Amino acid sequence: MSWINSRRVAIGVALVLLATLPVWIGNPYYINVSSQILLFAVFALALNVLVGYGGLVSLGHAGLFAMAGYTGALMLDAGHGHFVAILAALVVTLATSAVFGVLALRSTGIGFLMITLALGQIVWGIAYRWAGLTNGDNGVNVTTRPAPLGISLASADYFYYATLVVFLIAVATMAVFVRSPFGAALRGTRDQARRMNALGYNVWLIRFLAFLFSGFWSGVAGLLFIYYNQFISPQVSALTTSAEALLMVISGGTATLLGPIIGSALVVIMKNVVSAYIERWNLVLGVIFVLIISFMPEGLVPGSVRLWRTGWQALWSRLSAPAARKTGEQGP
Amino acid sequence: MSLWLTLAVNSIALGGLLFLLSAGFSLIFGLMRIPNLMHGSFFMLGAYFGVSFLAFGINFWLAALASGAAMAVIGGLIERFLLRRLEGQILPQVLLTLGFAFIIADICLMVWTGDPWQPTTPTHLQGAVQVAGLFFPIFRLVIVGVAVVIAIALWLMVDWTRLGAMIRAGVDDAPIARVVGIKVSQLFTLIFALGAALAAFAGVIGAPYLSVYPGLDFEMLPLALIVVILGGSGSLLGALVGSFLIGFLYNFGQAMFPDLAYVILFLPMLLVLVLRPQGLFGKVVS
Repeated sequence: MSWINSRRVAIGVALVLLATLPVWIGNPYYINVSSQILLFAVFALALNVLVGYGGLVSLGHAGLFAMAGYTGALMLDAGHGHFVAILAALVVTLATSAVFGVLALRSTGIGFLMITLALGQIVWGIAYRWAGLTNGDNGVNVTTRPAPLGISLASADYFYYATLVVFLIAVATMAVFVRSPFGAALRGTRDQARRMNALGYNVWLIRFLAFLFSGFWSGVAGLLFIYYNQFISPQVSALTTSAEALLMVISGGTATLLGPIIGSALVVIMKNVVSAYIERWNLVLGVIFVLIISFMPEGLVPGSVRLWRTGWQALWSRLSAPAARKTGEQGP
Repeated sequence: MSLWLTLAVNSIALGGLLFLLSAGFSLIFGLMRIPNLMHGSFFMLGAYFGVSFLAFGINFWLAALASGAAMAVIGGLIERFLLRRLEGQILPQVLLTLGFAFIIADICLMVWTGDPWQPTTPTHLQGAVQVAGLFFPIFRLVIVGVAVVIAIALWLMVDWTRLGAMIRAGVDDAPIARVVGIKVSQLFTLIFALGAALAAFAGVIGAPYLSVYPGLDFEMLPLALIVVILGGSGSLLGALVGSFLIGFLYNFGQAMFPDLAYVILFLPMLLVLVLRPQGLFGKVVS
């Protein structure tokens, strides 16, 4: 039974747990929190493509997230159907990502970060100040959720399942992406840009395509967000959202598939718990940042995962053939 | 006609404030390669400090200086004990400064509440002077004057003093600078504290006309960013030119296209990025 290993068992168990979640959680509030975790996990995975695998830290992804959300919401508001709205949102987000990518990739490192931050602020500026288009601070309501295949997503359960399906597609796409030659090339541009260039790779193009890929999934997450909340306001496009997404990626551990998902769960749960007691989410977010950097610069999950894995493998190697599989590369 | 003139005076005044804000940002970013995302927070916290000092009846300029000094200490401590350990690591630096930006924003909201504060212009600076039949508000002119004086002082310091030479040496080649006996790490703390102080000082003297309110930090940070991208990082001249350019765009944009004023600010930045990525006065960094 060589196809059984700890990794596959874990994935199988996780899938079963996720698929039956509404049954064993029961309470619609927690089901909704789970939907939030999954949709932000899609966002974090998208950001991780750039931060983890590309070594490009973006602080403007809230702009892409909100771009999809606003386009979708405004198209629906104008009376278009869900299919048209979703399609338009994705097209607009891809176009925006292309513009962002062209401009931000004039630089790498700090320059990239600063430019994406400024670009994200442009989207915020439009959402907040151009009241004629975006309704300003009042935001835009999304009155209905779509009904794919005739199934209404109005209830928490069904919306959770729809989010789960999108989430699984996203994870599968990311897994394929990471293992593909293109994923390897992207990691190459992160670690040894000059050598990749000398080997004949078009470093800029690789980064640009990664940016588009990341932008696309950020857009998908943005659409899930407006359907979940049925409302969007300029707050979504603010720097805080980009920072939260970055926290998800970092706290979970960059350049792994699992990291952003765990990070999303951590941040969403913490945000819900903290908000229930005090109104000081920003303070908590800031303190977490400072604590992580000061005491656990590698991120919360990689450390514990490595400990867990070494312990598990030590146990497993006694029971079966040693699983000498190296998973996940650590960023510098 | 007088509308345009008023706009122009406002633009120059805002340009002066932006210079005070972005000069420090540019030095920290250009010389130390630190993306200081709490620079807008220094501005806002400094402004709140100033507002509180003024409420105690302290003289306006004294309040501005005291606020700058307080922020220099805070900035210096953060640099010395936290940022220093992350030298050369961009991502941790970003997270740390961003974390502090959020902490400062929330603390300000707690202490000074969500209502905007607008201190009155000091009495001896109220009113306007008449030049060639046109009226100029004194306070705005004073802001410009202060900015110009500080710009010249900074330029003299960096280009013409022993300290400036040591700073430039530390930036060009830190290990060699250390070998010849320059205490590079102390210099960097000094620059960081200076940048923080300038931002806070600008926050106080800008308070009578910008007012102070939650969210001011993340409104000013992108402006400092644009100025530095426009002018080129580490270049004081670039920061000066960029600041006045943005000052004009902001005021005229707001008068002519109020909905899009904020977005218009970013257009020159985009142009510069496409045509001259190192900024108008920046050096090409290898």
